[in-house]
Amino acid sequence: MDITLKNVTKSYGDLTVLRQFNHTFREGETTCIMGPSGCGKTTLLRLLMGLEKPDEGEILGLSGLRMGAVFQEYRLCENLNAISNVRMVCSHALPKERITQALTQVGITDSLYKPVRDYSGGMKRRVAIVRAVLSDPEICFLDEPFEGLDEATRSVVGSWLYRQLSGKTVLMVSHDEEDALRMDASVFRLDQDI
Amino acid sequence: MRRSTTADNRKDGKRFTVRKGTAAKAGTGFRVWAIVFWLVVWQLTSMALGQEILLVSPVSVLLRLGTLIRTLAFWHAVSFSFIRIVGGFVLALLAGVLFAALSFCFSWFRELLHPLMAVIKATPVASFIILCLVWIPSRGLSVFISFLMVLPIIYTNVLEGIHHTDRQLLEMAEIFRVRGLRRIRYIYFSQVMPYFRSACGVSLGLCWKSGIAAEVIGMPDGSIGDMLYQAKIYLDTPDLFAWTFVIILVSVLFGKVFMKLLDTAIHAIERS
Repeated sequence: MDITLKNVTKSYGDLTVLRQFNHTFREGETTCIMGPSGCGKTTLLRLLMGLEKPDEGEILGLSGLRMGAVFQEYRLCENLNAISNVRMVCSHALPKERITQALTQVGITDSLYKPVRDYSGGMKRRVAIVRAVLSDPEICFLDEPFEGLDEATRSVVGSWLYRQLSGKTVLMVSHDEEDALRMDASVFRLDQDI
Repeated sequence: MRRSTTADNRKDGKRFTVRKGTAAKAGTGFRVWAIVFWLVVWQLTSMALGQEILLVSPVSVLLRLGTLIRTLAFWHAVSFSFIRIVGGFVLALLAGVLFAALSFCFSWFRELLHPLMAVIKATPVASFIILCLVWIPSRGLSVFISFLMVLPIIYTNVLEGIHHTDRQLLEMAEIFRVRGLRRIRYIYFSQVMPYFRSACGVSLGLCWKSGIAAEVIGMPDGSIGDMLYQAKIYLDTPDLFAWTFVIILVSVLFGKVFMKLLDTAIHAIERS
């Protein structure tokens, strides 16, 4: 089912971030939301994830959907290791080997049992990406998913993520057009479309 | 090369590193020379006074202790007090965590407990002991008093820990539908544990102090408190010092073993 925002308005105090916003995101497509800083990209994502309620308007097509997300700030449990962080959101039936395999595929091979607080930013980002994918989401939200990764790692992780999320509804926020190309995403420019 | 150990007892759950030897340098650890110095001062003061009834010498205390540990009554008293005081401590841990969880879930429960916890924290322990003697047999008094002293500390800290759980992690859990036991196991456990651990550290000493005070006033037969009281009325200063030394030793040993077991359990759960 498509996700439709109808006349959505969202303000924080006197600052109106989205005003009478209308848009439809197609089911099964990857959309990259782009725009200058402060234009409301993250607010839009938070509204879609249900973390914020619109002041006015409505969002249709999301109820009951299994969601996955990669947040800008990782949002990992720092005391837990990479496997536990991923296992937390997965089905009980998912074998541990599948988690290990996925982490290895994105380049995390030798620190699987270390607490993630000992990881670099790039490693944390990759754990967060694997967590989002293995939660088996029907819709996946990616907020600057490749931030902090070097070019070579972006390429490896980007193509892995593209393969894993192929055919699913993906909404991505990024500043980098390369990210949109990497994910074969249609670009939606928030500043121009409001 | 200096070795370093790590611990997870900062309240924000982040790691900090303790280098061996830095505690002593910072003035918080013990140095052998300092202990020897104060033992010598004690011995010389005792010799100068020349009256063991006023100040017994460390040598006499050690000799008395050597005699005591060879008696069955000694081990009976230690086990009697240990079981009761530790029993009260463990019950307070269980009740404190349960009450904190209920207070987090139901605001009416938190409001109901608030005055009770405030009264327990503000009331002098001696008042409680005397009051409780009216209701509780002296044999069970130390269980109740150590429970009562530890309960508000555990309750307050665990509740604070739950309230300070990272909101971003809770949002993440909401999106990924991590709920129920999984949320407790993965999110709340690691967020609350530093608060729980810190509360345990504070409570361990307090439960022994209050428990022994209850025994001294209640005088249950065959307890450490009873032994202390007997030493006091017969002006048996070596016994008084020897039993005090035993209390400190058992309290510190139990504290160390408990915290070690707690840390091992926390690490095992987090690494599982």
